[in-house]
Amino acid sequence: MTGAAALAIDARQAVPAKAVLRVDGLKAYYRSRHFGVAREVRAVDGVTFEVRANEIYGLAGESSSGKSTLIKTIAAAMRPPLEVVDGTVGFSFLAGGTSITRATSAEVLAIRWRNLSYIMQGSMSVLNPVRRVRRSFEDFASRHMGGKGAAFEARVIDHLARVKLDANVLDSYPHELSGGMRQRVAIALATICRPDFVIADEPTTALDVVVQKDVLGMIRDIQREIGSSLLLVTHDLGVHAYMTDRLAIMYGGMLVEEARTADLFLTPQHPYTRHLIASLPRIGDDTPRAGLSGSPPNLAAPPPGCRFHPRCPLAGDRCRRETPAMLVHAPDHRVACFALSGRGGTA
Amino acid sequence: MSAPLLELAHVSKTFGLGGLFSRRRIPAVDDVDFALRAGVPEIFTIVGQSGSGKTTLARMILGMETPTSGSIHLLGQNLAHIHGAGSRKLFMGAVQPIFQNPFEAFNPLRELDHYLFLTARRFGDANDQQRARTSTDAAMRQVGLSLVEVAGRYPHELSGGQLQRTAIARAMLAKPKLIVADEPVSMVDASLRMSIVNLFKTLRDELGISIIYITHDLATAYYISDRIMIMKDGRVVESGDARVVLAAPQHAYSRQLKDAVLVPHFKVQTSES
Amino acid sequence: MLTTLRDLLRYNAQFRIGAILVVSVATMAGLSFVSPYSPIDTFVVAPDMPPSPAHPFGTTSRGQDVFWHLTFAIRNTLAFGIIVAVLSRAFSLTIGLLSGYKGGWTDRVLMSINDTFIVIPLFPILVLFYFVMRDRMSWTALALIMALLGWAYDARLIRSLAMSLKTREFTHTAVFSGMSTREILVREHLPYVMPIVFSTTMNNMNWSIGLEVTLSVLGFTDINAPTIGGMIYWANQHTAMVAGVWWWIAFPVVLIVMLFIGLFLLAVSMNEHIDPRSRLQRMGAGGGT
Repeated sequence: MTGAAALAIDARQAVPAKAVLRVDGLKAYYRSRHFGVAREVRAVDGVTFEVRANEIYGLAGESSSGKSTLIKTIAAAMRPPLEVVDGTVGFSFLAGGTSITRATSAEVLAIRWRNLSYIMQGSMSVLNPVRRVRRSFEDFASRHMGGKGAAFEARVIDHLARVKLDANVLDSYPHELSGGMRQRVAIALATICRPDFVIADEPTTALDVVVQKDVLGMIRDIQREIGSSLLLVTHDLGVHAYMTDRLAIMYGGMLVEEARTADLFLTPQHPYTRHLIASLPRIGDDTPRAGLSGSPPNLAAPPPGCRFHPRCPLAGDRCRRETPAMLVHAPDHRVACFALSGRGGTA
Repeated sequence: MSAPLLELAHVSKTFGLGGLFSRRRIPAVDDVDFALRAGVPEIFTIVGQSGSGKTTLARMILGMETPTSGSIHLLGQNLAHIHGAGSRKLFMGAVQPIFQNPFEAFNPLRELDHYLFLTARRFGDANDQQRARTSTDAAMRQVGLSLVEVAGRYPHELSGGQLQRTAIARAMLAKPKLIVADEPVSMVDASLRMSIVNLFKTLRDELGISIIYITHDLATAYYISDRIMIMKDGRVVESGDARVVLAAPQHAYSRQLKDAVLVPHFKVQTSES
Repeated sequence: MLTTLRDLLRYNAQFRIGAILVVSVATMAGLSFVSPYSPIDTFVVAPDMPPSPAHPFGTTSRGQDVFWHLTFAIRNTLAFGIIVAVLSRAFSLTIGLLSGYKGGWTDRVLMSINDTFIVIPLFPILVLFYFVMRDRMSWTALALIMALLGWAYDARLIRSLAMSLKTREFTHTAVFSGMSTREILVREHLPYVMPIVFSTTMNNMNWSIGLEVTLSVLGFTDINAPTIGGMIYWANQHTAMVAGVWWWIAFPVVLIVMLFIGLFLLAVSMNEHIDPRSRLQRMGAGGGT
């Protein structure tokens, strides 16, 4: 990203925008009973953040971070044994300010695709393999766009051009298209109703590196044009650096740091974030890099206090007993760590 | 001049699709040559995207597929001439695999340690269970774990990073000359990735094992490779010293690959924050 | 193992009911060892007596106590089913696993043999055997024949599972750890194959017993050794239904239906439990966060 682009993004953030999504104290656990043994996996354990209008917000996390569960909850795609135990998920377009976790299926149906849509990791999980692409568009979007006629088709073809796809894609079956083309269809599908909020879950992970960059660029262009908000979830920090305006790091079911992307990469505060960024290998850089010791936490039996303390080089007594809260460290920069100066713990 | 450790000469592999009358032939690997010298351990990286043929090439080197044409020689022995349990065992004592998915590498229904003990006894110098345990523990310590941590455990009880390190320890117990690692870190968390990548360096430097490292990630390739070979659609596009090739790629595809790598570039803002 | 059984009994209604049914039937079979009457004797009690405290299931037109005769009948029938199931499982497992894992010529040869056996029409062959062997047709002979005819279908099932297991990466790890083919099949693949084997065993028992009953009812087996089918055969010979001696037919039928349903419920409930995916779920694996 060049200096000019970085400045342009900063200019957009200078005006505080209103929140399109507000997640407040969300706790979502998997609760199951097998033969009388109760198991509780605390996948999301107290998450608070908001996504503003017309912004790309990134969520980074590894396995056992809870980010997949978080997305399912936000997208109102929860099924038992997943239960929302506490907290709310509010969208600006959900009437009456109800949490989507408590909305009726009618309310969810009304906003789905029109205001809230998703781009998933495997495009084949969105596109019906036995129906032509045109039918998928009709199934998803015609309801919100006034019918299936010629006008609808014209709008679809026009929209497909934005992802550099030809009209004849409509007549194809998904398996006749390449992985990159299918993902572009999925993006077109998700954005055709010009929704207010799009969730993208690892949208390019399965794609080749060369195709990935093109597809990410298209996602960003469409987002700019429609002005929707995008929640981009991926473990790949390079993708976040390329795409997002603000970025949050998730660990062990909680957020540990959130900042404007540039700030996060230049001045990371949380030890986990610092390690992640320092360990990114780069072509041309020979400095030895270390892996993090230990393993991701077991969300069924998480460590007491701060979830990261067993692997943290700065862990102190307080970290083992209490869980740090997300506190404001600098403008638009929150961190949850006791070890930062003036908060107790060591150093 | 002793025989090279591994020598591939005009290796090609074609798969046939379709029925009796219309077989489409798909060249997965097309005329690949390279050689690894014996006695000079190195990390040889094969870079390619999906469909480039890198996995098929790995499987041929491991003896899991046979080339349609060309030959593969390991320590002078042609792989196509290895028949029978005895020679296969000798082969497996020289070449060991590391697979991409650490969770699939071990049977989810069986305890991990039995693979380790078995390798120690069948290929290593352990004659009984007690010696197998000692060898296993030593190998585990070299990868940063210990036998105690995996004894009696099932794969799902460990993280991807731990499992992959256990897989490396198991491969080491066979005392191979060559390890073929197919995308060994792509399914491992970023925070755990570097410890495994560093482990490959240790294997080369301290144990004298050569590694064929297959990946689609140019950045980790730069970090540990001695030589690199870039593949596209089954053919070799560019190869040579890793630093040289990655610093200034010559072929158009190599340049495309390098440009597509997303590197965080941020300039410090003098105004806000 | 025992904790599994206890858990299943406590929490799985299907298993409970199935277990109760099968255990009841097995108890009946067990009682045959304390029967006051020998099964081959006839006219030891007054014939055609309806159920009463002295004869809880009534008596037959041949002067036998239905209850005690039934204990022998169910014992023989059960033993027959078990023998056929075990023998044919042995065949289908060996052939299926070997064929699926080895592939190539081994696979082609074995599957050709297999498919030949599948298309053999069972019933006519069994009847033919009866007519050829007549009086020398014993239960063991019949069991052997049915075992030889009953493995083919399931062998193909097991073969397809073996083929998919062969491509999984842990099989390659096992190979590179130095395991022989036999070791891999038995120690790595068998746990995955067991659920199918188990449910096919139950199916197989139902099938073999059903066929045996059919043959016996038609008189194509050794009708002197007491079996469920044999009892029904004799009841038909004496036109029991017309004569109003309903208990002679009713009780054997009820018992065999209990056995069938019990075996089925057991198979279904245990299957879900043994299935590797649900085992992994219980162990705590699986499911991404």
